[in-house]
Amino acid sequence: MTAYDVLIIGAGVVGNAIARELSRYRLKVGVLEKELDVGMGTSSRNSGVLHSGIHYTPGTLRARLNVQGNEMMKGLCRDLKVKIDYIGKLTVAQDQVDIETLEALKTQGEINGVPGLEIIDRDKMEQIQPGVGGIRALFSPTTGIICPYGLTIALADNAHENGARFHLGAKVTGISKTETCFKVKTDESGSFESKLLINAAGLYSDAVCRMLGLGEYTIYPCRGEYLILDKRLNGSLKVLVYPAPRKGGAGLGIHLTNTVDGNILIGPSNEYVDRADDYACTADVIDQLKREGRELLPAISTSDFIRGFSGLRPKQTPPEIKGFKEFVIENRKDIPGFINLVGIESPGLTCSPAIALMVRDMVGEALPLKEKDHFVAERNGFPGLFHDLPEEEKADLVAQDPDYGEIVCRCEHITKREILNAIENPLGSKTLAGIKYRARAMMGRCQGGFCMPRIVQILEQDYGYRPEDYRLYSSNSYLFTGRVR
Amino acid sequence: MIHEMKRDLVIIGGGPAGLSAAAAARQAGCDDVLLIERDRILGGILNQCIHDGFGLHRYGEALTGPEYAQRHIDEINELDIETLMGTIVLSMDRERNLTVSSRKGYTRIQAGAVVLAMGCRERTAGAISLPGTRPSGIYTAGAAQNFINLQNIMVGRRAVILGSGDIGLIMARRMTLEGAKVEAVFEILPYASGLPRNIQQCLNDYDIPLHLGTSVIEVHGKDRLTGVTVAEINNFKPLPGTERFVPCDTLLLSVGLIPENELSSEASVRLETRTSGAFVDDTFMTSVPGVFSCGNVLHVHDLVDHVSEEASLAGQFACRYLEGDISSEPRPIEIAPNDGVRYVLPQQASGESDFTLSLRVTEPFRNRAVWVRDGDRKVARKKLVRLHPAEMIRVKIRKDKLENAKKLEVSVE
Ligand SMILES: Cc1cc2nc3c(=O)[nH]c(=O)nc-3n(C[C@H](O)[C@H](O)[C@H](O)COP(=O)(O)OP(=O)(O)OC[C@H]3O[C@@H](n4cnc5c(N)ncnc54)[C@H](O)[C@@H]3O)c2cc1C
Ligand SMILES: Cc1cc2nc3c(=O)[nH]c(=O)nc-3n(C[C@H](O)[C@H](O)[C@H](O)COP(=O)(O)OP(=O)(O)OC[C@H]3O[C@@H](n4cnc5c(N)ncnc54)[C@H](O)[C@@H]3O)c2cc1C
Repeated sequence: MTAYDVLIIGAGVVGNAIARELSRYRLKVGVLEKELDVGMGTSSRNSGVLHSGIHYTPGTLRARLNVQGNEMMKGLCRDLKVKIDYIGKLTVAQDQVDIETLEALKTQGEINGVPGLEIIDRDKMEQIQPGVGGIRALFSPTTGIICPYGLTIALADNAHENGARFHLGAKVTGISKTETCFKVKTDESGSFESKLLINAAGLYSDAVCRMLGLGEYTIYPCRGEYLILDKRLNGSLKVLVYPAPRKGGAGLGIHLTNTVDGNILIGPSNEYVDRADDYACTADVIDQLKREGRELLPAISTSDFIRGFSGLRPKQTPPEIKGFKEFVIENRKDIPGFINLVGIESPGLTCSPAIALMVRDMVGEALPLKEKDHFVAERNGFPGLFHDLPEEEKADLVAQDPDYGEIVCRCEHITKREILNAIENPLGSKTLAGIKYRARAMMGRCQGGFCMPRIVQILEQDYGYRPEDYRLYSSNSYLFTGRVR
Repeated sequence: MIHEMKRDLVIIGGGPAGLSAAAAARQAGCDDVLLIERDRILGGILNQCIHDGFGLHRYGEALTGPEYAQRHIDEINELDIETLMGTIVLSMDRERNLTVSSRKGYTRIQAGAVVLAMGCRERTAGAISLPGTRPSGIYTAGAAQNFINLQNIMVGRRAVILGSGDIGLIMARRMTLEGAKVEAVFEILPYASGLPRNIQQCLNDYDIPLHLGTSVIEVHGKDRLTGVTVAEINNFKPLPGTERFVPCDTLLLSVGLIPENELSSEASVRLETRTSGAFVDDTFMTSVPGVFSCGNVLHVHDLVDHVSEEASLAGQFACRYLEGDISSEPRPIEIAPNDGVRYVLPQQASGESDFTLSLRVTEPFRNRAVWVRDGDRKVARKKLVRLHPAEMIRVKIRKDKLENAKKLEVSVE
């Protein structure tokens, strides 16, 4: 049985940020993840917006962690080579009532510590985003966009490099507590022991609580569907543009969000569902997103929709109540050693590094935090994205390594070297989705039609895969049934 | 370091279009031809089309795709045309400066003329916004064809095919021959989009049902596909009460091909929404002087024989352009589709020589004629027993009919 000082359940952005933070210290840190890769839950299924923190009530955890997380993200993404861009956001007023809302948001944001907020007039709005509607806007310069799965993977890679151990495909099914430790059972990866236990299981955090006899939390999954637009429209949006929130409006509404890779997302919708794994996209919402998307950006044509996906908000409030409830981040005194995180919905991605600090302090109450001598803050072995380099530098890299000269994915111009790096990832993820999230192959407009056969060939020829070995993401999502007879 | 190179004629794409264009240009007298292909072998999509039926028009025999390609490749070799394989054109500008990448490095090529012959790609589940979950087991028919024919890998055991494009039909037969059960082909339109010959040989001969006016409205399965819900479609909406569940582990999509014109757009080549290909004149020159387009990147063809023929012409014209024989002035005659015609090519003509129109109809017709008119004046007429959107129709236009012509309109009457 493997024994840890700290065991984290869930390798989403929150679990991984905690693992990475704790990997600075002389602690044995383990992470248990039920899926075959990190970040397969909410952390890869969101808008990828780095919120500024204007929307949250002063004094709440969400407000504090958001502003702190936003600020921390800059250095973190530099160290971990994660794509991030503080592009800024306009919250737009259409009438006098909206302007008052903007004033209130500005004041609230300032109390929360959001820097640089400014209410601007039409001229300035037009400068920032040509063609934008509305009469006034609140400009928040610290709002940004970030690659959510890139961050989730990078945190895990770096934690791993600093000694944290990730157990993929390890679904926690039962927990017992002895005098000195927690005993954690998994379905297929055996049992684990740990002094401290951290619940970062996202949509299943209530289930983990119940394993310890805590019945007070219930997660109500609330689905947000998106459509991804072709890169052809890249550049249409310079900043994020949201309408001023109105009374009775749910969440931030459907809007357009640019991604760090140059696509645009339309979404998210807002619909409670029964199951925490119901990631379906539905015909009605698809139609709605197309309609509303076109209203926001008339240049969208039918051939610009390249894919849809959905994410589930781990809500603590049932459909009858809606709205938000404060994050639960608690050091349970009744179950000593149990640090419990429940209901980390938006802006959980932005908050994740700040949540990690908070949890570190809780860990420090139980275990001594001694820094390691050789903590590596920067992510090694990851050269950053080849695609973004200037042509001359690319040419030099090809001269050193011909695998950079061979393009495998035609849509995003991903090279064989990048595919090989993704296949040989430090965490040992072996799925096609893992390659997709690491190398960005299969994510372009042809959705793998061209490169997937080539990637399959590389896996067969260079890594000895048999047809039965390929998985899309989960152990039952096999790709092939065997050889042609 | 980036290598620099200057070439007279560069051909992008080594499928039948690129190969024919290269050979024809050389035969027309162009000595400096460079053919660039990103794959490690020449032949394009033909390499995975191991069924026969290619070359009936051009060679009078039914060849397989690779056999047909080989004839072109032999020709290229005999003519000693230089080819760069495993080399992809990454970018191109209006002045015909190309950047290419291969394992040997980056090269910038300044080309006197360019023939675009990049072929097309398949529309995906995402492109048609297929509702439901995202399990494994959903493939475009061409990708499945690649796995089965080129990699000997079987994609599933029980398949449904969405869309009645030719590749889907061919794959229905191929899956059956490999021991899979093909439940049915579902087509949203009231008629099949593949060739009648393929409906007979690939579906009817194997008792695979084709359901017209029917589509997949939801995909099921968390990990691997477990089935699809299908329904009759009326006015783009499922007809209530017609939904049914079809269990399957594989869904193949044959829902359309899209010319691969990313490079063309980058070089500011004007594209047509009807074809998703370039806007060309009767020399196959695009809106950018010295840039020609042919094959599936220009418009999606049903017969490779026509691809070869069209590309040969494009190659010859590119050669004549290099000799200063073809001006890049706008052509005086405009050509546009009218009733019953989905698209027509070329969109412009000089009127100085004969040429052939290629067109597709909007829906199936019987016993009609394709009319080409200049105002009230008849320019050409072709009577046909069967007109089908799946089959490209070609109409010869004689230059002596084009005196003072301004705008040719093409219709089905
Ligand atoms: C539609 C939508 C839009 C959003 N937009 C934004 C945004 O723009 N900006 C922002 O800051 N935030 C956004 N969020 C919020 C953000 O995505 C989440 O707060 C964040 O990803 C939560 O991370 P997590 O690690 O807690 O959860 P997850 O990523 O879900 O990770 C939990 C992990 O635990 C694993 N797990 C569960 N049960 C077990 C078990 N029994 N054993 C082992 N492993 C288990 C899961 O498989 C999963 O990998 C959005 C969320 C949604 C749904
Ligand atoms: C699955 C299938 C079945 C068919 N069945 C039949 C049949 O039974 N009978 C029949 O007559 N016709 C059939 N056809 C039609 C015929 O094969 C095609 O119309 C023909 O192959 C198109 O030729 P092409 O050269 O335009 O395109 P392709 O064959 O697609 O060739 C394009 C080439 O360009 C290369 N390329 C693209 N971009 C770049 C770049 N940037 N740099 C370098 N190289 C590039 C590609 O790698 C490819 O090799 C079929 C077509 C398909 C797809």
